[in-house]
Amino acid sequence: MTGLMGLDRRVIGRWALTAAAALTMLYILLPLVSVIWLSFYRQEIPSFPPEGYSVHWYGVIAGNQRFVDGLLLSVQLGVSATAIGLAVGVPAALCLSRFRFPGREALNNVLLLPLMVPGVVLGTALYVFHVEAEIATGGNLPIIGSTLGLLSGHVLVVIPWIVRLVLASLAGFDRTLEEAAMNLGADRWTTFRRITMPGILPGVVAGAMFGFVASFGNLEMSLFLVGPGRTTLPIAILQYLEWKIDPSIAAVSVVQIVLIGAAMLITDRFVKISRVV
Amino acid sequence: MARLQLNQLSKRYGDFFAARDVTLDVADGEFLVLLGPSGCGKTTTLRMIAGFIEPTSGMVRLGDNDVTRLPAWKRNTGLVFQSYALFPHLTVNQNVAFGLEMRKTPKAEADQRVAEALELVRLGHLGDRLPRQLSGGQQQRVALARALVFRPDVLLLDEPLSNLDAKLRQEVRVEIRRLQQALSLTTVMVTHDQEEALTMADRLVVMSEGRVRQVGTQRDLYERPADRFVAGFVGRSSFLEGTLETPERFRTRGGLAVACRGTTTGPAGMALRPERVMVTPEPVAGADNDFPGEVEFVSYLGGLIDLHIRLSPADVVIAQIPNREEGFMPKAGDKVHVGWTVASASVFPGAGEDPDPTDLPPA
Repeated sequence: MTGLMGLDRRVIGRWALTAAAALTMLYILLPLVSVIWLSFYRQEIPSFPPEGYSVHWYGVIAGNQRFVDGLLLSVQLGVSATAIGLAVGVPAALCLSRFRFPGREALNNVLLLPLMVPGVVLGTALYVFHVEAEIATGGNLPIIGSTLGLLSGHVLVVIPWIVRLVLASLAGFDRTLEEAAMNLGADRWTTFRRITMPGILPGVVAGAMFGFVASFGNLEMSLFLVGPGRTTLPIAILQYLEWKIDPSIAAVSVVQIVLIGAAMLITDRFVKISRVV
Repeated sequence: MARLQLNQLSKRYGDFFAARDVTLDVADGEFLVLLGPSGCGKTTTLRMIAGFIEPTSGMVRLGDNDVTRLPAWKRNTGLVFQSYALFPHLTVNQNVAFGLEMRKTPKAEADQRVAEALELVRLGHLGDRLPRQLSGGQQQRVALARALVFRPDVLLLDEPLSNLDAKLRQEVRVEIRRLQQALSLTTVMVTHDQEEALTMADRLVVMSEGRVRQVGTQRDLYERPADRFVAGFVGRSSFLEGTLETPERFRTRGGLAVACRGTTTGPAGMALRPERVMVTPEPVAGADNDFPGEVEFVSYLGGLIDLHIRLSPADVVIAQIPNREEGFMPKAGDKVHVGWTVASASVFPGAGEDPDPTDLPPA
């Protein structure tokens, strides 16, 4: 009798777990599915049920210069910010994990800060800083609303991701391998290139990936830093939404989802990001 | 291969000496083992030879060159790590080829030497595998091949057997020794396992607290230990504490007068090898020393039996006797006679600490 009850309890537990998992998945996937569904509506006003389906809205966004320019700028920003973030973040993570120096904990936290400060606050702070910088230099440094200013903000958003994930993979990296390489005749740089880098590559790629996504989707901070006539894709979407709601917004979102999803899948084929994250 | 010389090599961290005045001369083709408990400085010494730790003072000479200030990658040493440290993203072939690649050996020659090295450790057929597809023993042999393929001046082994199970350990031990002799490799191995050390070495170096305590062959260390530490660490000894009254007479704390061969008079300790202590029911014939005692404790070891025998309220010796079906086999509480010759006891000047039974290595 007790055995039967024990079995029952196990079965109920398993069902409860499955149900909870399914609900969570549903909760995560539902918005994505609705957006994709909406993007194929034929009618302009997104009402339910749809009057029919078409790919018309994808044509509309391809013809919308603001979306196309926004996408290009966002991609350029994301790629450049990630590249700079890697150049700064990977050495920073190496220093943090390898050396003990005064202020190490503080530096560790500062590098994480952009993740915790709300985008609006970060944007305001940078904007004020840019204004002060222009005044201080007597206008010789036209940084307000410049691409440089925007890029520097995005680098800030990217760095914490790279530092975090590279640190995580360094923690699992066996430093004896480096000693082995040096014993075999490899100098420090060769050792880094041939042994350390391949060892921490999943962390580096994952960090770059997440950093890129964070930069690509950044809205709040970017709002403060863009100049006239130059908008990123999230800002273009926001501006469009201010006076019009139609399925083209959904189509833009689908394009973003597909882009990021494809990038994730492709990198995961070469580097098992799932091992790090 | 080359001769390796260490001259007064020291490494200091603040007030702490990890290694102090280590002076060693390893002949070309010799297998030297650094033996000692953890923290004795043996690994520090090995890492100073490899170039991973910069010595505070002293000199490392490899062949005719002073390599003391050379970085690790400019010394021609082959190190086998305790954890093997095979590069996980490279195949066995690529791992072994790494040292040759760093030395810019032409591809064709490198390929041939890699194949030869793997053949040497009987892994020629596994060159395309990744390290994680190999067993622990195989990984160990790849590490050995990788350290030998570029013909280092000296082979360094850092506890190379400690990650292997007991059976494999025997095999690899023989294999390393075979290779070392066949190629006449100058070799320095670090271990805390005295059986490993005794079976593999040409000469041994016993270290403790950063210092070299004694250098010598197995027989030197066992028969003529230089100090208390060596007497207790290499093989087993039981100690009697007391005073050397004359160079020929040792008075134990319990008041026994023991004939011995000592030097300076004063507080001293006497080390006895358990298997050199004779135990009989009657007074021991032909022994320089004979004392009555009572068996306190019997420890059954299979082929051998340990007897803890109290000679006086302050003196206990351990005797080891063979486990025979016939003959004298004392039990706890039995009255026995214990004897030993002058030649089989070592006397060390200085008062000893209270002997800690856990310091005794297992029989």
